[in-house]
Amino acid sequence: MKRRNWTLRIGGCVAAVMVALILLGTVWTPYDPNALAGAEKSMAPCLAHLFGTDNFGRDLFSRVLEGGRTSLLIAFCTVAIGGVCGTVIGSLTGYFGGLVDEVLMRFNDSVSAFPNILLALVCVSIFGTGKYKIILVLGVLFIPSFARIVRGEFARERSRDYVENARIMGAGPFRVMFAHILPNVKTVLLSSVAIGFNNAVLAEAGMSFLSMGVQPPDASLGRMLAEAQGSLFTMPWYALSTGCFMVLLILGFSLLGQGLQEQEREL
Amino acid sequence: MQSKMRNLILAVLTVSMLLSLAACGEKNQQDGDQEVNTPQTTRADTNEINVGIPQDLEDSLDPHVTTAAGTREVLFNVFEGLMKADPEGNIIPAVAEKCDVSDDAKVYTFTLREGVTFHNGQTVTVDDVVYSISRCAGMLDDGIYTAASTLKGIVSVEAPDDRTVVITLSEGNTEFLASLVTTYAAIIPADYTEQATQPVGTGPFKFASRSPQENFVIERFDSYWGTPAKLDKVTYLVTAMDTAVMSMKSGVIDVFAHLTADMAKSVEDQFTIEKDTAKLVQALYLNNAVEPFNDVRVRQALCYAVDVDQIIDLVVDGNGVRVGSSMFPAFGKYFDESLSTYYTHDVEKAQELLTEAGYPDGFSMTITVPSNYPQHVQTGEVIAEQLKAVGIMAQIEQVDWNQTWLTEVYANRNFQSTVVGFDTSTLTARGMLERWTSDHGKNMINFNSAEYDELFRQAIACTDDGEQTALYKQMERILTEEAANVYIQDIYNMVAVNPGLEGLTFYPMYVLDVATISWKEA
Amino acid sequence: MKYYLRKLVTLIITLFVVSLLAFLAFQIVPGDAAARILGTEATPESLAALRHQMGLDRPMLVQYGDWLNQFLFGDMGNSYSYTMSVKALLGPKLPITFTLTAMAFLMIVCISIPLGVWQGKHAGEASDAVTGAVGQVFMSVPSFFLGIVFTLVFGIGLKLFTQGQFIHYDQSVSGFFGYLFFPALAIALPKSAMAAKLLRASVIRELQQDYVRTARSRGRKFSSVLRVHVLRNALIPVVTFLAMTIPEIVANSIIVEQVFTIPGIGRLLLSSILASDYPVVLAIVVMLAFLVVLMNFLADVLYQRIDPRIKVR
Repeated sequence: MKRRNWTLRIGGCVAAVMVALILLGTVWTPYDPNALAGAEKSMAPCLAHLFGTDNFGRDLFSRVLEGGRTSLLIAFCTVAIGGVCGTVIGSLTGYFGGLVDEVLMRFNDSVSAFPNILLALVCVSIFGTGKYKIILVLGVLFIPSFARIVRGEFARERSRDYVENARIMGAGPFRVMFAHILPNVKTVLLSSVAIGFNNAVLAEAGMSFLSMGVQPPDASLGRMLAEAQGSLFTMPWYALSTGCFMVLLILGFSLLGQGLQEQEREL
Repeated sequence: MQSKMRNLILAVLTVSMLLSLAACGEKNQQDGDQEVNTPQTTRADTNEINVGIPQDLEDSLDPHVTTAAGTREVLFNVFEGLMKADPEGNIIPAVAEKCDVSDDAKVYTFTLREGVTFHNGQTVTVDDVVYSISRCAGMLDDGIYTAASTLKGIVSVEAPDDRTVVITLSEGNTEFLASLVTTYAAIIPADYTEQATQPVGTGPFKFASRSPQENFVIERFDSYWGTPAKLDKVTYLVTAMDTAVMSMKSGVIDVFAHLTADMAKSVEDQFTIEKDTAKLVQALYLNNAVEPFNDVRVRQALCYAVDVDQIIDLVVDGNGVRVGSSMFPAFGKYFDESLSTYYTHDVEKAQELLTEAGYPDGFSMTITVPSNYPQHVQTGEVIAEQLKAVGIMAQIEQVDWNQTWLTEVYANRNFQSTVVGFDTSTLTARGMLERWTSDHGKNMINFNSAEYDELFRQAIACTDDGEQTALYKQMERILTEEAANVYIQDIYNMVAVNPGLEGLTFYPMYVLDVATISWKEA
Repeated sequence: MKYYLRKLVTLIITLFVVSLLAFLAFQIVPGDAAARILGTEATPESLAALRHQMGLDRPMLVQYGDWLNQFLFGDMGNSYSYTMSVKALLGPKLPITFTLTAMAFLMIVCISIPLGVWQGKHAGEASDAVTGAVGQVFMSVPSFFLGIVFTLVFGIGLKLFTQGQFIHYDQSVSGFFGYLFFPALAIALPKSAMAAKLLRASVIRELQQDYVRTARSRGRKFSSVLRVHVLRNALIPVVTFLAMTIPEIVANSIIVEQVFTIPGIGRLLLSSILASDYPVVLAIVVMLAFLVVLMNFLADVLYQRIDPRIKVR
């Protein structure tokens, strides 16, 4: 029974369109996202300004793209840090097991029992705010979830026949781990990357919303939404465009992640 | 086991459903209530109002200790000094009935008003006054660090009889009375130790209760010596700036001061917007001691590069007045209008000056802004954008007011530049200008000009009013010419007021007097 | 019994580790309690003297032991910003946040379970597809955005609650729950959508099992089969998921409190972080950790009851 994986397709399309838009925003935006224009302040959406303008006359479409870029950049770096470190730790502990594994996993359990945002807020209160600090903090906080997933996969794959065969043929442990096992857990890893992306965007938006994340003049979707709250009545398009853009970005990655999971279940 | 399991799930489901339904049901019932009495009429009936404040009173409630302007704004209604200010800025007697000043302005003799009582019922005695003045001037060794540096130069505080207090100064100071009107110099009961949590003063309102991060409640003090407050109760609701508009729209808040232009626009259909200049000098304050701002050309370049008119247009929607120096227009006699247009927006000139100073390609700098003042934050954002035109890359750093700004920027002078507004609590030109003399403890920008210091020395020694004014104006000109700071504007203080209320009065200080506010007769 | 004991021990160890880490983390921040008290007037001598007096010059672990000891007996120290004890500060706020999270959790349970089962029963039909798509969108809406929309629509528009006028439980119990209803819903909706989707998939899987066919061929009614057999097995993965959402509910409550101006722990936490009021931050972190761990423990117990096959691992 081969079913078309619509979740994956739609998710892939939405995510691709959003990422493409944001990438386009890095090389071209309709206006300079920070350019002040007194004559054009608080304009409703129109042909010249697709999403309207804010109270400084800045083009919201350009700003949303810029904010999306910040979100994407943070999400990408976060997932990269969390993914790479998590995979290394998870594969080592999963493959070798033993006391280190036991201790690390207990520690892992404790950490993942806590809300990421709470931990991130605590870190921010110690180290301060800013784009790079947020990346580092979130990245480190994302390690445990990746490590846990990868560890589970490695622990399961380790006793499979192909691993045994490779070992008998004289492959060293690292070769077995990264040349033989890793390709087999690729799908699982991919889906957790997509879900991690989704969570990272959410976490960054939440923190910036509380003004504990990205600082101006860096644009950020969360910060923009917090600011838009004050002008819901004079400029409803501000909150609406920012919010919808954020929802679409998250929707894309969450569908992509779920689609990949379905894919993997069918295999 | 099966049925047990099922029962468990069913129980959880039922309970949760019931709870939600109950919540909804009660919700509807409550709506019913609200339709009968809308919140506005309810508060008018009980003669109380809710005032929104953007930040909680997070530091001590002790009037001699507290430093935050937001806290003083509230405590103004609870405390009084020997003297107080009227809305025109005149100094009038309060706890003291009258004051005699010696000819050399060194000896101040106060006669206490009779029948002034503290909120705890005790009558104010000369002992309380001597204690209060000595305490806030830092003359008591009680381990409390008081904030009042304005009361410097007191040699002795004595009570020759039970209605007279004599304050002797080390040198003549014609402006001494002005420093007694603030909450810094409030009269408090002697040896009362709970001031920080249960404040007791002599003002028209007494402290009732507080809930951190939620509210601060004051009630009318019935034994007040002067005109009693019209309202029975005032609740200050802590409402973050981001959500303030929502709370105003939903009718919970009756008065909210310091609105941004955008907030004012959002609520103008439901509220009366009252305006007055805030009597402060908003500027990009520059640390004159650090690179590159130790070069006057760089500071002047910034003055040319910043487009003040655009800031006034964008940030406050036209509700501001250019200042040009450390003086605001409301101080008519000291304000020099010509200084406000001394620097006009001129990118080329700025570029030239930067090139001369050795920064042809600009530089990077940090603008520290207190996160609880949206106008300052937004001004910082606009300035950062404007400076890009001359190649200066400004990074905005938002900091907490109480914790970081006051300690790191104000006290430790560990900053490059910051956008804030300076007001004066003493109602004199001296209050605005003295702080930039080179050896002054609060000279946070490290402004250093021998000429300025000399003029100040002459000014305070001067007994002729016209001459003194001229000297103060010369000092203002030096600040402008030396480009001590990038002076921006005096922002209008916009206050949203429930149309059912009347009697809001503006003062030439950063205070909100709730004693004069009342509900209109139905 | 042994199972619960073991869980309990892990719980205590976890809390211990968290509090130790949090305590040590705040030790590396510049500026300690002594510096805060003396303010800008501090001299190195007075600072050293006060540090000694307050015991801040002792080894960190000793200080931690001291703190823990006091904490266990209910003394959480004093707030730097507010001139009151942390206990007095937190006391009235804890029940509010607890109620909010508990309400959100209950809502997730009572929205997702009926919805998921219904979707599973009607799998493949148009109604399932529509609710599925709507759920998918809800999953991607951050709670705070939903909160903003709710205040606008239900607060300002329909006037179902008065934004900003929080009602305490000692003023009016109904008003208290009424005010927390929409904030809890804003937290619950995205998670409910996820749980429902999970349950739907799991119901579909169970319905294909042989035992369902057997039971039906014996003449049992479909609804009874569904309720007695299918739901029970299908719920297992959902309970795991629900347990996992608890930390996220707590996290979202911090943000949503800000949107709805609820005077709970979250708002206090944020203001304390901004003001570097570490004793308060530390106490709140440990409290929230306790809340999360406790709820996880309860979920574990529930899990055990649903599926006795799951033995101690």
